[in-house]
Amino acid sequence: MSLSNNTMDSNTSLPLTEDQIHALVDGQLAANELAALQAHLAQDPDARARVLKWQQQRDALRGLHQHVLDEPVPSQLRSAASQTAASQQELDQWWRWGGMAAGVMLAFGVGWFSHTAWQGDLAFRSPAVLAKARAERDFVRQAGVAHAVYSPEIRHPVEVTAAEQEHLVQWLSKRVGKPLKVPNLASLGYALMGGRLLPGEAGARAQFMFQNTAGTRITLYLGALDSVPGGANSRETGFHFATDGPIPSFYWIDQGFCYALAGPVPRDALMKLAEAVYRQL
Amino acid sequence: MNRQPIVDHIPALRRYARALTGDTWAADDLVQDTLERACSKWRLWTVGSNLRAWLFTVMHNLFANQMRSATRQASSSTVDIEEVAHELAAPDAPPDQAMDLQRCLLRLPPDQRAVLLLVSVEDMSYADVAKITGVPIGTVMSRLSRGRSRLQALLDAPAQAATQPSATGTPVSHLHRLK
Repeated sequence: MSLSNNTMDSNTSLPLTEDQIHALVDGQLAANELAALQAHLAQDPDARARVLKWQQQRDALRGLHQHVLDEPVPSQLRSAASQTAASQQELDQWWRWGGMAAGVMLAFGVGWFSHTAWQGDLAFRSPAVLAKARAERDFVRQAGVAHAVYSPEIRHPVEVTAAEQEHLVQWLSKRVGKPLKVPNLASLGYALMGGRLLPGEAGARAQFMFQNTAGTRITLYLGALDSVPGGANSRETGFHFATDGPIPSFYWIDQGFCYALAGPVPRDALMKLAEAVYRQL
Repeated sequence: MNRQPIVDHIPALRRYARALTGDTWAADDLVQDTLERACSKWRLWTVGSNLRAWLFTVMHNLFANQMRSATRQASSSTVDIEEVAHELAAPDAPPDQAMDLQRCLLRLPPDQRAVLLLVSVEDMSYADVAKITGVPIGTVMSRLSRGRSRLQALLDAPAQAATQPSATGTPVSHLHRLK
């Protein structure tokens, strides 16, 4: 803090002001101000006494709960921080992706591989189609939320680790009601960390998490798509790039099953990963 | 992209909350509320600005709201040193300096307590404290000055009163003015 206006008076015989004494105690003086004040202080025993008193009080306050700094952070605070971090990450993503407006339904990335139910004029959509659209959007958002919540976890990013891959695949296949396969993304630098079971609106969903050597984590979120009145066969789409969730993702639907690959990576890299996943499933 | 900074700030937020509230559980609740609030308010934080100051601002606003509603409920006014000096005169247990300091801190008006702690313990610049507490820097200085003097008077009070045991006879009911 600069106290120049009231402190650097050339008349050094004036007693130190209250603010000057505090600034001295708190170490908030510029070097030149400090030198002048110290010279002044030498001639002012009353001010010296006050500086000493405030210093002692300051030290006492600093010692008061010092031990809290060394305590382990309680887990509920740690997880609250992870969620905050996740939303910070989300914010960073928005910046990175050019500040695309939130809440825009599947704004970009239309029809990467094939024509889809998304293309065409929304006004001519039937309510059933719109319901499907809503289900897809919800699915993708949930995929993004699941990514945001679990990927920052330090201790428990997954329920079952890659070390028990066979068990993991059997377990999740049984719960989501479809034989699953874990894609191998090693050629793109990502190794499987493990997976977890998550609730969906119409049943269980699974999340597989992968990590590269830089510590970047991507997640594959999958499950039966809710409200599929047209039957499983009618539900196939190409790749879509979604940015309305917390984390950008590519998603697609195959035989009534929806897949979303989410991660804080550039769009073309995510696209490559999504293609690799799609080919192997 | 880096989540580490937020976790890194938790110990300092906990310490500040502990001194501010004088209660372990209330303090951690305040930290938890702060983190949750920060989560919902991320867009108000400017990327690249001072994350620590921002988190303390969020906490300060939550604390200030708590104080306001507590004041409304209790309808009590601030307490003068003269009125509480006698209460500090006869501690039941041997006086523990830390407990005594915390007790005296809690007798400061919350505004002064916050400024005093942010400056003394958290080493915040006066300018940052002004931003965190949402007042001009002149107000920060006067709160700091009054806070320090008042805390010192409170801390010195038991020693004085201990030499005058009769002072302990004063009923505690004087503490609260009823309106």
